[in-house]
Amino acid sequence: MSVALQVGIVVAYLLVALAIGLLAYRVAESTAEDYYLASRSLGTLVLLFTTFATLLSAFTFFGGPNLAYQAGPEWLIVMGVLDGVLFAVLWYVIGYKQWLIGRRNGYLTLGEMLGDRFGSPGLRALVAGVSLMWLFPYVMLQQMGAGEALVGLSGGAVPYWAGAALITAFMVLYVVLAGMRGVAWTDTVQGLFMLSIVWIAVVWVLSAVGGLGAATGSMLEARPEFGSFGGGLYTPGFIVSTAITIGFGVTMFPQINQRFFVAESGAVLKRSFTLWPVLVLLLFLPAFMLGAWAVGMPVEVPEGANVLPVVLNEYTPLWFAALVIAGAMAAMMSSSDSMLLSGSSYFTRDVYRPFVNPDASARREAWLARVGVGAFATLAFFASLLRPGTLIEVGDTAFSGFALLALPVICALYWDRTTRDGMVVGVVVPQVAYLALVFVPALPRSYAGWDYALALMVVSALLTVGVSLLTDPTDGSDASRFAVVDSGEGGEGVADDVTGGDAIDD
Amino acid sequence: MSRVRRDLLWIPTFAVLVAFAVPWPLWGVDVVVAGLPVWIWWHVGWLALCSVLFHRFAASGAWERGMGVTPDDGGSP
Repeated sequence: MSVALQVGIVVAYLLVALAIGLLAYRVAESTAEDYYLASRSLGTLVLLFTTFATLLSAFTFFGGPNLAYQAGPEWLIVMGVLDGVLFAVLWYVIGYKQWLIGRRNGYLTLGEMLGDRFGSPGLRALVAGVSLMWLFPYVMLQQMGAGEALVGLSGGAVPYWAGAALITAFMVLYVVLAGMRGVAWTDTVQGLFMLSIVWIAVVWVLSAVGGLGAATGSMLEARPEFGSFGGGLYTPGFIVSTAITIGFGVTMFPQINQRFFVAESGAVLKRSFTLWPVLVLLLFLPAFMLGAWAVGMPVEVPEGANVLPVVLNEYTPLWFAALVIAGAMAAMMSSSDSMLLSGSSYFTRDVYRPFVNPDASARREAWLARVGVGAFATLAFFASLLRPGTLIEVGDTAFSGFALLALPVICALYWDRTTRDGMVVGVVVPQVAYLALVFVPALPRSYAGWDYALALMVVSALLTVGVSLLTDPTDGSDASRFAVVDSGEGGEGVADDVTGGDAIDD
Repeated sequence: MSRVRRDLLWIPTFAVLVAFAVPWPLWGVDVVVAGLPVWIWWHVGWLALCSVLFHRFAASGAWERGMGVTPDDGGSP
């Protein structure tokens, strides 16, 4: 009975999400710009939450509390600095710049933007190909997480493959029907839902165990080292390299990067940027502290199980625990549907159209995008049945793979002298080296907590700059494509027009 | 100091905001304040400070000047 109730709550939640998507579909136009970018019309609340919900996946919602439970609450600091601060700064440095450029030239994808700037369809396809390659394990990660969540919730009554298949079917159906507008709408609902429910959970659990002081007190009795900052897993090398590789990697995720093109105005980007650190803190603080406090609670966390559902089952009613799992599933679904949507646009616009069928009609492209989503998700589903590693391992590998794209892209955005050859070498060499680190088991991945991916990021920047200096710009390249204002208007002297506020030093 | 020169101060400011979101000075400290380890409070306060300074950055016009656009061009709705 209780299992039926819990599974019923989860399925009802997924149906509500689908209903919102269908509603969005009814107001959507059938153009590529609307399907992928909601006609560049997202306002602050929707943009903020659609980005927020996309960042949250099985990696954050299950992996985070689990790590805090095993190794200590310092995970809050690692995720806070990378998501709350570093990502916000990159949101300006990469995101706002891309928005300005994208608005002038009508770009929909990162590869399209770079290919146009350097006059190179090959570079365009290369960036799309590398992105799709790392997207694959990350989509898989969500299916693994969803499958495991339903097994845990139903006590094994729903098998792993059925859970993963259910979520795959929902994701595909959803993306195919609704496009970016639908994804953005449900992300907003899901983001608000998760934020509220996790705070309710904290209040509920804390009042049951006797308050904040008591929860921390019993945590320190069980694991005294949790109270002091650093130690164990959390070496300076681990903290710095995890924060940098994930922080930069996130900006190159297709579903995040594409959101840099969708804001309706610069003001929307500004407001989102300002609210970002607080929003991140509001979610991570309760979620990760629940994981850390659990070490002092009289709960038994079975091998391989997630901490959060165990704590909730102990201290809150069954229906509430099911709601939280529904929230986690929602996070995975919004991550996955955004990824699939962006991945399909990378494929159709950057690979299919330039290389296979330049004359494809808009209708054919839209049709192909939907078929592509189905195929990609199905392949990821079969791969997820093999379960090649833990959630954290699979996620971390994908983040670092994306991070290796970030510095060449920043170089292209800000340095006019960057050449096509510099970009190609700066992207290809670190990717090949990193693939070797991932797939050759004999090679180490880190040294004293320092991830080798960090060194490869430095290599990617050095190669991009070095090779650009040694080569000449190719004929088709045009640095003015990345200007943010039309030539002649100029950017100088604008400071005098500004009336609001003051700079930092007064 | 000109406005554009003052804008450059945002670069070291952002660097410090990123670097000290990790409570390095409290490395190894295990004092508990108001129910949580003190270094968690540092982090909470620091992220709130980030939000406040990010707001000043965005509202001061440095947001647009940093990219070479006018506030009308890249800022207003």
